[in-house]
Amino acid sequence: MSTVESQLNHMRYDLQIIASWIDPGSRVLDLGCGSGELLRFLINNKQVRGSGIELEEDKVAACIEKGLTVLQGDINAEVLDYPDLAFDYVILSQTLQQVYAPDKLIRAIMRIGKKGIVSFPNFSHWACRLQLLYTGFAPVTKQLPYQWYNTPNIRVITIKDFRKFIDDVGLTILKEVAINTHSQNRYGKTIKFLPNVRATYGIFLIGN
Amino acid sequence: MSEYIEHDRQGVSVGIVEKKLFTFAEPPDEMVLENGARLGPVTLAYETYGTLNAEKSNAILILHALSGDSHAAGYYGEKDEKPGWWDIMVGPGKGIDTDKYFVVCSNIIGSCMGSTGPCSINPKTVQPYALDFPVVTIGDMVVAQKRLMEHLGVENILCVVGGSIGGMQVLEWTVRYPNKVMSAIPLATTTKHSALAIAFNEVARQAIMADPAWNSGNYYYGPKPNLGLAVARMIGHITYLSDESMRLKFGRRLQDKSDFSFNFDADFQVESYLRYQGKKFVDRFDANSFLYITKAGDYYDMEKQYGDGSAVKAFSKAAAQFLVVSFTSDWLYPTYQSKSMVKAMKKNGLDVSFLEIEAEWGHDAFLLPNERLTTLIRGFLERVYRGITT
Repeated sequence: MSTVESQLNHMRYDLQIIASWIDPGSRVLDLGCGSGELLRFLINNKQVRGSGIELEEDKVAACIEKGLTVLQGDINAEVLDYPDLAFDYVILSQTLQQVYAPDKLIRAIMRIGKKGIVSFPNFSHWACRLQLLYTGFAPVTKQLPYQWYNTPNIRVITIKDFRKFIDDVGLTILKEVAINTHSQNRYGKTIKFLPNVRATYGIFLIGN
Repeated sequence: MSEYIEHDRQGVSVGIVEKKLFTFAEPPDEMVLENGARLGPVTLAYETYGTLNAEKSNAILILHALSGDSHAAGYYGEKDEKPGWWDIMVGPGKGIDTDKYFVVCSNIIGSCMGSTGPCSINPKTVQPYALDFPVVTIGDMVVAQKRLMEHLGVENILCVVGGSIGGMQVLEWTVRYPNKVMSAIPLATTTKHSALAIAFNEVARQAIMADPAWNSGNYYYGPKPNLGLAVARMIGHITYLSDESMRLKFGRRLQDKSDFSFNFDADFQVESYLRYQGKKFVDRFDANSFLYITKAGDYYDMEKQYGDGSAVKAFSKAAAQFLVVSFTSDWLYPTYQSKSMVKAMKKNGLDVSFLEIEAEWGHDAFLLPNERLTTLIRGFLERVYRGITT
């Protein structure tokens, strides 16, 4: 296995797919970049000009210590300061479900970026459906492990919802992959048959 | 800034260092200052640590705050009680690694720490300048530092770094000489003082000028305005701390007594601390220098000078990669000021990293041992250095 592959395999599975979509040498902004694993991979292996935004002090510090360009701040406010089309790709991975105003954020992303990449947990996975149907309780799964009263995941999104949303706001889906994996897992597989029922995550490449 | 100088806990140090002097602008080629006055000759005190590499690409310039000097690291002699003021950050293997980088710390004009300032001898009168010394600006300080770096053979600076008024010099470097500065680390600083900061400086200046010994600045042959300067320093110390740090450090505890003295001695520990800091300061600092340097800080308005009042326009002149750092409890240079400069940098497409470090020690936090600040600076510098060597 080459070093690139081994580094790739050390990332969360959805990030591996996102990384594979990004053209070498492009300008990338990672919203909610965490400790910067995707950014570092893209800079080292795809020679991108990358920067990130993260709220938590510890994670921002970890990024800057690695030599990454990262700002501490709230993504909803920070995206407003960039000039139009400042980036080739703006990435929002596993964060959309925690955003108060997703429509505003997506529009802001598509103002500053030529393309957007969004991943989120699919709320219409069969495990969620069955729990709601048979127990009557709000679903608690490995991807969405919280109770209704303490969850940061305030938006309930399904893959079908997201497709409709992108259409409603007048944007275009350029690429779409549904995967089955756990939130921090490095392994997973793509789901082609009945993705809205069988996939735990959806990943979308969107354009204007 | 306060003095927190302490020996490195691991005993790591650049070792014995030497304060050097560089003199330029000999008449008739005096330095023309921003206010139009001419000043010369001009001397800058400076120190260097580490070695300039063959490509001359590893120079870092450290810029000090109000009461600092060129002695950033190391010791002057074997028996020195204290190292330089940023010894925790500057040295072999430290955040600013003297094994890798050629580090320069320059004193500022207007200071009393070896550079030309109001206590220097005016060659025309052969008397101390006192208030005949022209009012210098942050820009003038930076122009002088540029001459020093040229003298040292450094054309392009890898990084300029400093906090507070030193941070203002950092920002000035990035817009005055954008092609000479690869990267910049402005710490706990601002593009312009708030009314609050100016107000505290003015009260401090008034304390000096109200001291009869100040004598319109002419005290170099008689008693010094020690009371006024001590009060000025006490005011400064209050602004460098924070409500939280003073509560933790002093609370309402009494100094060496169990009950109030019912007179006006220092009852509380905080009173005793401020009196001690004030007294200590007069031994090493010149009252007129305090007036000149605080005024330079108050006058500084990078947005007005470089952007017709717009921070975005001002930073359009910059090209450096930035690491901006603020501290949660700093109420003298609050985080909103750092955030507004970051915003302007972003709008210009500049490469900027920003972090607000959780710290209880107020404005002084940038001087205190802080592993997080050390690792941030180390990581940032390594990336910038890697970027020019590969």
